[in-house]
Amino acid sequence: MGFLDTLLGRTKPVQPNLDVLFQLPSAAVTLEAAAGFTPTGTGSVCFRPVEGRAFADVEKDVRELLDLSGAKSGSLPVEVTKDSFGFTWLVSSHMSDEVEDLVTDLHAVNSALVDNGFGPQLLCTLVAFRDDQQRRLALVYLFKRGTFYPFAPLTGERRDSALELQIKGAVSGDLKMEQDLSRWFPVWGAPGL
Amino acid sequence: MVARTRYAPDRGLTVRMGLTMFLLGLVFVAFVAAIIGISLLFHASDGAIVFFALVLGGGMAIGSLFYSDKIALSTAQAQVVNPTDSGEAAMVHGIVDRVCALADMPKPRIAISPTDLPNAFATGRNNEHAVLCVTRGLIRRLTPEELEGVISHEMSHVAHKDVMVMTVASFLAIIAGLLIRFSFYGELFGGGRRGGNNNGNQGALPILLIIMAVSIVVYAISFLLIRLLSRYRELAADRSGALLTGQPSALASALQKVSGSIGRIPTKDLREAQPLNAFFFAPALSAQQAQSKIGALFSTHPSLEKRLAQLAKISEQLGQR
Repeated sequence: MGFLDTLLGRTKPVQPNLDVLFQLPSAAVTLEAAAGFTPTGTGSVCFRPVEGRAFADVEKDVRELLDLSGAKSGSLPVEVTKDSFGFTWLVSSHMSDEVEDLVTDLHAVNSALVDNGFGPQLLCTLVAFRDDQQRRLALVYLFKRGTFYPFAPLTGERRDSALELQIKGAVSGDLKMEQDLSRWFPVWGAPGL
Repeated sequence: MVARTRYAPDRGLTVRMGLTMFLLGLVFVAFVAAIIGISLLFHASDGAIVFFALVLGGGMAIGSLFYSDKIALSTAQAQVVNPTDSGEAAMVHGIVDRVCALADMPKPRIAISPTDLPNAFATGRNNEHAVLCVTRGLIRRLTPEELEGVISHEMSHVAHKDVMVMTVASFLAIIAGLLIRFSFYGELFGGGRRGGNNNGNQGALPILLIIMAVSIVVYAISFLLIRLLSRYRELAADRSGALLTGQPSALASALQKVSGSIGRIPTKDLREAQPLNAFFFAPALSAQQAQSKIGALFSTHPSLEKRLAQLAKISEQLGQR
């Protein structure tokens, strides 16, 4: 924020950075080779809905678009959930080897929101992974930062920080990881994780 | 394709705020010029008290800037909390995490005050030293969505660096206030001593009087301007907060709850309440209007009506296709 904006009490809404998402498929390959985590095929987009008709219409369009593409490829329909913070999660499920399709779906949601002027409402996108011991892991993409961070929940609102740091090291060659650890906020109970 | 934006800035508010700050600056320059002029005119050594006031006032301003967070937290008896401390701490942390991620801001420290008065404040001179404090009464009364509205309002204060801006703006009033006091005591003690001294320094007495008079005028004007500026900053924070979460109505309902005006919305059936109307609604409204004419000038916050009207306008803008 510039000096003048501070002086005049203005905030410019932060626009999201979308294209970085397409680096995910190659990172998924690295992640499997380095740490044994494979994609579950599930991913989600989280955004803050805006009150009023305009946003409701866009949200409906996006769901129809995804359901349509899902019906064509034979995958599961899109699932919509609302979390306790009032954020909406659109969950898209594919087969575990279809990371590209998953990312395309997620990108479609994101760009639909951006094209309709609701880009600042996007919070994060996450793609879920599992390893042989059924440990859960998500790569979370922060739209406003243009960076990723790992999130590994354990039972009862604790997170496996050691695993997260290991994953950060493993994929830092493929993805731009968030260096400021205070931005790695937990997404407890994120749908699709 | 350039994405169109729904978040148009409010030009009127920007212009009014800019004008207020310009006037404050103008008063400051005029004040300094007047003091220098007076000192030169009378060849006074009393310039020393002006210098003293500047140093002390500057020290006070810097001190309050650096200790604003600690002072505010101890006044509110608030404790900085971690997400694992309690259920309510976890919830507040969760909301702040999301608001910060939406706004791309670093997360402030979070404090909870045990008082039952519903309120919240953010303080600290910059993003790194920011503290966000909510009271237990606020958490208890508001829904998570309303709480998010309040938190995004407070985070907008942090983003706008309002602690810094208001401290700088108050600098002038601090100095004028100090000068009033100094010249008053100077009159009492210094003036009397000089009068007894037959060296003929008669200029000392009127100079102190003139400095005091100028300071009083400057203090009064800058006080009103600072309050005006504060009200504009509040409106700006409401606006940014509402746009950040996309939920102006949640913030509006939080405002109503906090101001206790939710009691004014009748929950009784209209027919049942009708006999009471004559006693309740009209006097309540006209009393408020009478108060808003005089009280509004001195208030640090805009009237509830003004804030709700702005939020309603934002809601309408966001809903447009």
